[in-house]
Amino acid sequence: MQKIFIAVFMLCFGVFHAQNTVSGTVVDEQNNPLAGSHIHLRSKTSTADSSGNYSLKNVPNGNIKVYVSFVGYQSIDTIVAVSSDRKLDFKLKKKSELLNEVSVKQKTNTYNQTIAEQKVKTEFIERSSNQTLGDALKNVTGVSILKTGSTIVKPVINGLHSNRVPIINNNVRLEDQQWGTEHSPNFDINSAGRITVIKGASGLQFGGDAIGGLVLIEPTSVKKDTLFGKTIVTMASNGRGGTINTSIHKGNFCDWSWNLQGSFKYMGDRETPNYILSNSGNREANFSGDVKFIGKKYDVTAFYSYYNTTIGILSASHIGNATDLYNAIQNQVPYVVNDFTYSIQNPKQEVQHHLGKLNYNRRFNDETVLSLQYAFQYNQRYEYDVRRGSQNDKPALDLTLVTHTFNADLKKEQHDWVLKTGAVGLYQNNFADPATGIRPLIPSYDKFDAGVYGIVTHNFSDILSLESGLRYDFSRTKATKYYLKSRWDEREYSPQFDDFIVEESGNQWLTQPEYTFHNLSASTGFHASFEHDLDWFFNASYAVRNPNPSELFSDGLHHSTGMIELGDLRLDKEKSAKLSTTIQKKWNRFSVSVNPYLNAISNFMYLKPIGFETTIRGAFPVWEYQQTNALLTGIDVETNWEVTSNMKHLFSVAYVNGENRSDDEKLIDMPPLNINNSLRFSKKEWLNLNVELKSEWVFRQNQFPDYNFETDILVNGELSTVTVDVSSPPKQYHLLHFYSDIKFKTFKNTFTTIAVSVQNSFNTNYRDYLNRQRFFVDEMGRNIQLQLKFNY
Amino acid sequence: MKNLKLVALALTTIVTFTSCSNDDNPAPVNEEEVITTVRVTLTGGGQVVTMTSRDLDGDGPNAPTVTVSGNLIANTTYTGAVEFLNELETPAGNITEEVEEEGADHQVFYQASAALGTFTYSDTDVNGKPIGVAFSYISGNAASGNVTVTLRHLPNKSASGVASGDITNAGGATDAEVSFPVVVN
Repeated sequence: MQKIFIAVFMLCFGVFHAQNTVSGTVVDEQNNPLAGSHIHLRSKTSTADSSGNYSLKNVPNGNIKVYVSFVGYQSIDTIVAVSSDRKLDFKLKKKSELLNEVSVKQKTNTYNQTIAEQKVKTEFIERSSNQTLGDALKNVTGVSILKTGSTIVKPVINGLHSNRVPIINNNVRLEDQQWGTEHSPNFDINSAGRITVIKGASGLQFGGDAIGGLVLIEPTSVKKDTLFGKTIVTMASNGRGGTINTSIHKGNFCDWSWNLQGSFKYMGDRETPNYILSNSGNREANFSGDVKFIGKKYDVTAFYSYYNTTIGILSASHIGNATDLYNAIQNQVPYVVNDFTYSIQNPKQEVQHHLGKLNYNRRFNDETVLSLQYAFQYNQRYEYDVRRGSQNDKPALDLTLVTHTFNADLKKEQHDWVLKTGAVGLYQNNFADPATGIRPLIPSYDKFDAGVYGIVTHNFSDILSLESGLRYDFSRTKATKYYLKSRWDEREYSPQFDDFIVEESGNQWLTQPEYTFHNLSASTGFHASFEHDLDWFFNASYAVRNPNPSELFSDGLHHSTGMIELGDLRLDKEKSAKLSTTIQKKWNRFSVSVNPYLNAISNFMYLKPIGFETTIRGAFPVWEYQQTNALLTGIDVETNWEVTSNMKHLFSVAYVNGENRSDDEKLIDMPPLNINNSLRFSKKEWLNLNVELKSEWVFRQNQFPDYNFETDILVNGELSTVTVDVSSPPKQYHLLHFYSDIKFKTFKNTFTTIAVSVQNSFNTNYRDYLNRQRFFVDEMGRNIQLQLKFNY
Repeated sequence: MKNLKLVALALTTIVTFTSCSNDDNPAPVNEEEVITTVRVTLTGGGQVVTMTSRDLDGDGPNAPTVTVSGNLIANTTYTGAVEFLNELETPAGNITEEVEEEGADHQVFYQASAALGTFTYSDTDVNGKPIGVAFSYISGNAASGNVTVTLRHLPNKSASGVASGDITNAGGATDAEVSFPVVVN
């Protein structure tokens, strides 16, 4: 029992290498055990248990630096010779004064040692209970959000989003049609226990195409033998609804453990300071759970999650044609404002996502772990449009995306080496139901992917560790799509792609485009950790992303945006070379982190407004996928200052500059400079009171390309030519947010937290450059939230 | 080892049950709602003038083809009717009927410079508001210009001026918008 406990513990913290075992006890001068003291042997760490015992396995031979510390005691710093198993006992002397307390950084499992990973704290995940994954991620410096209205929120990492930012939920890559900017991640924020953001493509074990970065989500898991639960009830004034989330966790070593979580959300129309955002309500009903069996040498986990949402699309954004778009931009007031309602009308989205997986981990010995995983994902997306008569109940878009994924990963640790290697296989089928009566933007397709990777980490010394990885990916996509002959000609696909044509069908060609890609990606870098809490991370990565079905095949009117979107069969894969470095320094009360980066992307794919096409419904703006050589440079800075023992100041600034080098202009849709300042007051004695004031300052994006186009509109019965300004970003804005909470014991082992927060306290009117609905309406006004949390 | 077998069995079962094949080509989408053709018929002064805008590739890249059968006579009262057709279907789908059935949710607007004359609605929906499928047109003195016909879905018929044919405050989504070059002499 005890042995297994240690084995599992060691596995969890990844602190074993080879050969010798060093163990012993840590006591004070009166021979009382010092539970919780830290023992460092070279790069290995251990914490003494309640009897003062510790044990470190796989210590290599040689003269090894030992460092033993405990708060309030003088540390021991010495060198011992290790050639076989050794017993080393330590006695620590109490310090005369409690100055210069030594706190040792605990090494946790990192995905890539050469990247300063950023975590979203549980606190922020819980605060976002009534919002989305994107809203929680916004707390990470360098992450902004791309929105469609107020409920469809996608994370943007260092200026890049959608398919460039894969989301890994519980070790499964989320396959939920992320190609669309108005497709938010199909994930319930309440089911996240821990969220990690890796900026850039350095998490090779998860894919070689994460040009923007990775969002890694792990559910809450318990290692101790306990049963605990949590219920969060959130009520929001803006939208006049709320969320209830409950989770129960049972953990047990050597036996079974399980987790259950469910949440329900019900929101009506949001409002700006001046008007109701009609049809902006949403609903969610989600569930997730797992069962895990931990055996002696293996563990098996079965996991299932279900996400179900209905999202109303703002009525005022449902425009007819270029004239309507021009009027919306000119007037700056929505053409539909109805009374507040909870009901959701067309246009709307209904999306369900099922994820089921089985996971098997086998520990061959203390150094080697093999993980096998099968995951099944079923994503069903219905988009409803405003249509005539009975058609109104029929979805305008009906896509079913089914994905099977197999993963095999092997991790081996030896001496100061860690080797991670693995293979992945994926089969995906997308079915675009023709019964909608509307030609689908995304065609039906079959996709096979296969990949292998290898990552090596070596700790040269206590100071320097190096990590390098290489990955190969194969991908084959075969689509089935009807093209209007007129579109085929307009795109000039003949004769280059005539091979794709299978048969003729009236005024359409039935085509079966097939694409095969072979990609190599790589990452290398180092982490140097100097004395006096100075850390230097450096990483260089090379990533390749294939054009997605939307970029290749889109063709036609996007009904929810009133724009014609055109893909291009000629698009080639996008390649990114990124250099990123982070310097972190901590002083007693102040710490700073600076992260400059440079990302050169060739064949960067982006959606560009190119003009309009006339149909019987009038002229429609046309957005086309194009490629360019892009250069993104930027910097993320954050500081943390403990002003007094009760007062903390947090500062962060994120800046990115996007150059379209082929056309010698700026890149479209780059997040503007933003600066955040928070002041936080905490007092334990006053029922754990926290009061926080946060200022969010988003500048106007002055670096944007001019893609305005001209169209003819009717003025007094006669046609006249006007410029449709789709390029100019909105003004800068400044928002003030307030948050406060208290936490107290209600019964034995139960805690209640009451939180009150006010977002956009001054009810400021503003529009955001990265909101697709900025042409039509203002952003949400003041929102007062009351949150009750029960831990039991 | 026994457990390994169990896991393998479980995996195989799941794959077998969830695999599906889509070897058949999907049918082409039958776009039954598309308006390919707007036809305005003006009858008066002993003549019938038809104005047609036809766009057989729907939302495709080709612009509609516009034809006007002849010139109009000055200072004459015409009885007007408009038809919305889907000529991708055989026989052509008549969308005008749907528009009339859901009269309260639709309205046709006629816009032209004042010199070309005036348009007056001659039909009503269940609420007594105009639909605009039937109308009358009184031509002005000799002039030339464009007549624009717009079909709005879910307009706000109670908004100021909308019931008398002013599109400014109508809102709603545009289902059809075509312009015809017209000569009055």
